[in-house]
Amino acid sequence: MEAPIRAREILGFTLLFLLFFVCSSSPSHNLLISDAERRIDLTSHIVKVYLTLKVENADSTPTSEILLAFPPNHVDHLATVEALVTKGKRKKTTLARLDVKPTELPDAPNGTKYFTIYLANPLNSGESTTLEVLYLFTHSLEPFPAEIGQSESQLVYYRDSALILSPYHIKQQTTFIKTPSTKVESFTRVEPTNRAGTEMKYGPYEERPPYSFSPILIHFENNSPFPVVEELVREVEISHWGNLQVTEQYTLVHGGARHKGVFSRVDYQSRPSLNGASSLRYLLARLPPRVHSVYYRDEIGNISSSHLRTDSRKSELEIEPRYPLFGGWKATFVIGYGLPLQDFLFESSDDRRYLNFTFGCPLLDTVVDKLTVKVVLPEGSKDPSAVVPFPVEQHLETKYSYLDVVGRTVVVIEKKNLVPVHNSPFQVYYTFKPIFMLAEPLMLASAFFLFFVACVAYLHTDLSIRK
Amino acid sequence: MAAPETSTAAVPTLYTNNALRNAFGGVLAFFILLLIGVMAFSIRLFSVIKYESVIHEFDPYFNYRVTQFLAKNGIYEFWNWFDDRTWYPLGRVIGGTVYPGLTLTAGTIWWLLNSLNIPLSVETVCVFTAPIFSAFASWATYLLTKEVKGTGAGLTAAALLAMVPSYISRSVAGSYDNEAVAIFALIFTFYLYIKTLNTGSLFYATLNSIAYFYMVCSWGGYTFIINLIPMHVLLCIVTGRFSSRLYIAYAPLVVLGTLLAALVPVVGFNAVMTSEHFASFLVFIILHVVAFVYYIKGILTPKMFKVAVTLVVSVGLALCCAVIAVLIALVASSPTKGWSGRSLSLLDPTYASKYIPIIASVSEHQPPTWPSYFMDINVLAFLVPAGIIACFSPLSDASSFVVLYIATSVYFSGVMVRLMLVFAPAACITSGIALSQAFDVFTRSIKFQLPGISSNTEVDAAETSSAPAEAQNGAVKTEKSEETSKNRPSKKSKKKEKEEKPLTKAKAEKKRLLALPLDSSVISLLLLILLGAFYVVHCVWAAAEAYSAPSIVLTSRSHDGLHVFDDFREAYAWLRHNTDVDDKVASWWDYGYQTTAMANRTVIVDNNTWNNTHIATVGTAMSSPEKAAWEIFHSLDVKYVLVVFGGLVGYPSDDINKFLWMVRIGGGVFPHIKEPDYLRDGQYRIDSQATPTMLNCLMYKLSYYRFVETDGKGFDRVRQTEIGKKYFKLTHFEEVFTTHHWMVRIYKLKPPKNRIRGKTKKSKSKTSSTSSRAKRSGTGKKNPWH
Repeated sequence: MEAPIRAREILGFTLLFLLFFVCSSSPSHNLLISDAERRIDLTSHIVKVYLTLKVENADSTPTSEILLAFPPNHVDHLATVEALVTKGKRKKTTLARLDVKPTELPDAPNGTKYFTIYLANPLNSGESTTLEVLYLFTHSLEPFPAEIGQSESQLVYYRDSALILSPYHIKQQTTFIKTPSTKVESFTRVEPTNRAGTEMKYGPYEERPPYSFSPILIHFENNSPFPVVEELVREVEISHWGNLQVTEQYTLVHGGARHKGVFSRVDYQSRPSLNGASSLRYLLARLPPRVHSVYYRDEIGNISSSHLRTDSRKSELEIEPRYPLFGGWKATFVIGYGLPLQDFLFESSDDRRYLNFTFGCPLLDTVVDKLTVKVVLPEGSKDPSAVVPFPVEQHLETKYSYLDVVGRTVVVIEKKNLVPVHNSPFQVYYTFKPIFMLAEPLMLASAFFLFFVACVAYLHTDLSIRK
Repeated sequence: MAAPETSTAAVPTLYTNNALRNAFGGVLAFFILLLIGVMAFSIRLFSVIKYESVIHEFDPYFNYRVTQFLAKNGIYEFWNWFDDRTWYPLGRVIGGTVYPGLTLTAGTIWWLLNSLNIPLSVETVCVFTAPIFSAFASWATYLLTKEVKGTGAGLTAAALLAMVPSYISRSVAGSYDNEAVAIFALIFTFYLYIKTLNTGSLFYATLNSIAYFYMVCSWGGYTFIINLIPMHVLLCIVTGRFSSRLYIAYAPLVVLGTLLAALVPVVGFNAVMTSEHFASFLVFIILHVVAFVYYIKGILTPKMFKVAVTLVVSVGLALCCAVIAVLIALVASSPTKGWSGRSLSLLDPTYASKYIPIIASVSEHQPPTWPSYFMDINVLAFLVPAGIIACFSPLSDASSFVVLYIATSVYFSGVMVRLMLVFAPAACITSGIALSQAFDVFTRSIKFQLPGISSNTEVDAAETSSAPAEAQNGAVKTEKSEETSKNRPSKKSKKKEKEEKPLTKAKAEKKRLLALPLDSSVISLLLLILLGAFYVVHCVWAAAEAYSAPSIVLTSRSHDGLHVFDDFREAYAWLRHNTDVDDKVASWWDYGYQTTAMANRTVIVDNNTWNNTHIATVGTAMSSPEKAAWEIFHSLDVKYVLVVFGGLVGYPSDDINKFLWMVRIGGGVFPHIKEPDYLRDGQYRIDSQATPTMLNCLMYKLSYYRFVETDGKGFDRVRQTEIGKKYFKLTHFEEVFTTHHWMVRIYKLKPPKNRIRGKTKKSKSKTSSTSSRAKRSGTGKKNPWH
C-alpha cells in the first residue's frame, strides 16, 4: 500500500514543477488568493467540498471573473458547483449567490478544466472579497478491496490533492478532511499533516504558486450504503380534471464494494451490525404534501414493504427493496402517486399556464446517474417551454394515452449526474384552451349515440329477401 | 340477446297476445342478464381487492409470458417461437405445442385496446380476461338453457353459473388459464349444437363449427365435445329421434370442425388419427347409413325396401367387419391403444398412478373427495337429480342432451378434480331447470289460490318477475324443492297442458286445476329462497376466502395484524437482477413457469411436463447425495439451484413435502433411486429416525442448511418435528440467497476443483468442516476465472 503512494507522490511533485513552469504564462495571474480553507466531507458517498477563498486583486484593472480549476478526472464526477459571496461588514454579513459557468481556456495545462465565477460587482484593484464555494463529487470513493464478503466492512479510497488546484498564487491554505469513522487504514502525509478523531488536517501550506498539486490518497472505512440510481424516468402527467400523476421508474444499484460469495440469511438476521453493515435496507423518499394513491411495485407486482407518513408539509415514503441490496446488487421498481393539480399548476401573467414542480430525485441522499423528466401536457396544449435552473438537454415527444386522437405533447428534460442539491423547482409553460377538456367525453358520447342509432336502425330494417 | 319472443316460453302469460307485456319481459330479461354478467365479473375481483392485480399460481405465468411475447412480436413470430429459456438444453417449440386460444384472445383484446389508445398493460388484460369470459359463459348458459327449457330456466341457470364456486376457482381475476375461456367456448358450442338441432339451420351449424374451432384452440378438453355430441347423436338415432335437423347439426360439425381443428398446430393430424376422435367418425358413418336408409325407405315401396334391406345388410355387415377389424388392428398396434396418457387415465382411473407418476403427482389430477363436491357446487348437488327428472318431462332432443351431458361429466369429475369444471356448467343447467320449474309451480299455485286479488294487475307483475327475481337473487333451492319437483313432474306437465287451453277463459276454472295448497306452496317458496340465499352466501365466501389467494403471495392473520409472505417474488426478483442473463436455474418443475416468467432465467424443467426423463434427471439430482447431484447439475450447465422450504414459517406445500414424488419420478427412470431407501418402515420422516439416504440427499441438505441456527433446535413447523441432522456443511454448493422467511433458498454450484490439486492433496483426514473450508478458500485462489 505504501509503495504506490510514494510513486504517486513523486509523480505529483514532478507534475507540480511542470505546472509551475507552464503556468507562468497563464493569463489570469493578476489575482491572488490570500487565504484558502477547504473542508472535504467524506461521510456519505457524495463527497462535499466547502471552499472558502479570500481573493485579492493585485492587478491594476478591475475584474469580475474568478477561475476555479479542477483536474480533468475530477470534472467527470463533478455534480454541481455553487459560489456565494459574503456581503456587508462583519456581523451583518449576507450571502449572495453568484453565477458559475464552465469555461474553456486555450492553454490549460494538462487538460485542467475551469469554472468561472462571475462577481456581481467587479473587484477593483487592491480590493479583496471572500467567496464561499461548494462543490459535490459523485462516484469519487473507490472501494478497495473492490469485492467484500458479507461480514466485512467497506473500505474506500479517496484521491485528491493536498494543495488546492488553482490558477492563482495562494498565500496560505489549509485542508480539513472528515471521515465517517476513526477507522482510517492509511493516508498520504504531506507535512504538516495531523489526524485527530475523524478529522485530518493538511496544512497550513504557505506561498504556493499557481497549479500546485500534491496527490494524496486516503484509505478509510465507509460503511454507509451507496445508493445509486442508474436511471430514473419521471413522468409527470397533467390532467386538467384536477390531478397530477407522477410515475417514477428507478433502476437502483448499490454502488459500493461488490458483494462476493455467500449471502447467509441467518447471519444477516441474527447479527445485523456485523453482517451486511453496508447493505442497503431501506430508502426514504420525500414526496410533496397531499399526495394520494401512492403505489410501489416492480415488473412482477406490488412490493408490500413500504410505509407512507403524511403531514401538512411533506409526505415521507419509506420503501424497502424486495431484498437487501449488497454491493453491486440491483433492483428496479416504480413509484407512482397522484397530487392535487392546484398545488402545482398556475397561470402566468401572459395568460399561459405553467407547471411548477421539483426537479431531481425524491429519494434522500441518492446519486442519479441519468434523469429523464417527462412532462406530459394535456392534449391540445401548445407552445411548451421549460425553464430549468441549470443546463439540461430537452426535446419534445408525442404520447398517446386514453382515447387520444392528436396525442399529447411531452416535454422531455434530461440531465446526468444529479445529487440532492438539484431538487429545485422548474417550470414548464404552455397554452391550453379549456374546451379541449371536453373533447374526449364528447367523443365517447357521440360514439355511444351512433352505436345506439345504428342499433335502432338495424332493428327497424327488414333485410330478409323473402316477404 | 333477449329477444322479445323468447319470454313466451317460460313465463306463461295470461294474455297470450299481449305484445307490450312480452316486450317488457324481454327488456327485463335483458337487464337481468346484464346484471348477471356484472355479478359474474365482480364476484371474481376479490383477489384484486384483497391482494393485488397479479397473475396467479403456475400455469397462468406461462400463458402470461406467451401473451407478452405475442403482444411484442406479433402472430407470425408467435407461431414460430422456439423458447430456449426452458427445458434446457432441449428447448421447447411454443408455437406448435401450446393451445393458442387464450393467448390469442387476450392478445387481441390488448391489441384492440391499444389501437384505441387505451394504454392498458398486457398484464392487466391477462388478469381480467377470466372474469370477462365468465360473464360470457353465464350468458352462453342462458342461451343453452333457454333452448332446452325456456327463458326462466335460462336466467336461473345463468345466475347459478355466474357464481358457482367450481368455476370461480379457475376464473378469478389473475387466474389466466386455458379453462377461463374454454368453459365459455364449451357451453357456447353446446348451445349452437342445440340451436342447430332445434332449428335445423345451416347458419347455426357453421357457427357451431367455428365455436368448436375456438374450443379446440383453447383447451385439450375439446375431446369432451367431440365425444359427447356423437354420443348424443347416437342416442337420438337409437331412440328413433333421427331427423334432418339432427343430420344438419352433426354432419357439418364433423367435417368443418375436424378441418378447422387440424389447423391448430398442437392438434394437427391428431384430429383424424387419435382414438379420442374416433367416435365422431364412426357416428358420422352411422348417421349417413341411417340417413341413407331413411331416404331409400322414402322412395321405395315397403316390399322393395325389405328386399333392399336384406341385400344391404348381408353385404354391408361383411364390409363393416373387415373395416373394423383393420381399424382395431391398427389401434391395438400402438402401445397406448391410440389414446394419450391423460385420456387413458380418464377411462381407467388407476392407469396414471400405475404407469405415469408425473400425471399422478399433480394434485388436480387426483380424484375428488365428497366434501369437494359440496365445496365446489354446494346445493346444486341436491338440485341436479330434480333437474334431470325435469328434463324427462317432456323429453326432447335438447333435454336428452343435457341429461347425457350431466351423466358423462359426473363420471369425469369423479376421476379428476380438475374436470369438476366441466361438471359445474351441467350442474348449473339442470339445477336452473329444476329451480325454474319449481318456481313455476309454486307461483302459479299461489296465484290461482288467491281469489280476491286474481283480477289485480299486481299479481301479474309479480308473476312476470318471479323467474327473473329468483335469478337475480342468485339461486334458489332446498332439498325440499328437490323432493317437490320430484313428486311433481307428472302432475305439473299435465297441468301445464291443460292450462294452455282454459287459461284464457274464466278464473273460476283455473282454481280447480291447482294441485298445491296455498300455505305449502308459500312455505316451499320461502324455503327455496332460503336455499338460494345459502348458495349465494357460500359462493361469496368461496370467492372471497377460498379461491382468491394468488398463491405467489401468502398472507397470514395473527394477533398483531396481517402478515405478508412475499418470498417467492423476492427470490425471483433477486434472480432477475443479480444473476447473469444466461444462467441456468434448476428447481423442481413446479417453479419452472414462474422462474422463466418472473426471473427471466433459463430453467431445466417446467410445468409443461412433456419430457419425463428430463424431470426424472432433476428428481434424481435432488434425491442424490451432494457430490452426485453436483455432477448431474454440472452436466446440465446449471449454475443455481432453487429450493422451496416452508419449515421456518409453516408453509406446507414445500419441496420436502413434494420430495417423495421426486424420488418416485426419478426412480422411474434411474433405478438406483429407490423409494424404500427414503422411508423408515414405510413412513416418510425427516427427524432423527430418518434413513441416512434421506438425511444425506441434496434436497434435505439444501432445505435445512444452517436451519438449526435460527432457533437452536431446528424445529420444522410443517412436519412438527426436530430435524434429524442439524449441523452439516455443504461441500459442492454455496448459499447465495435466502428470502426473508426462508421460503425460497438459492444455492450456487461451486466451480469445479482444480484437478492437480485434487490429486496431490492427500491430507483429507481432517474433519469435514475444516477440509471444506480449506477447499473453498483453495478454489478461490487457484481458480482466478471464477
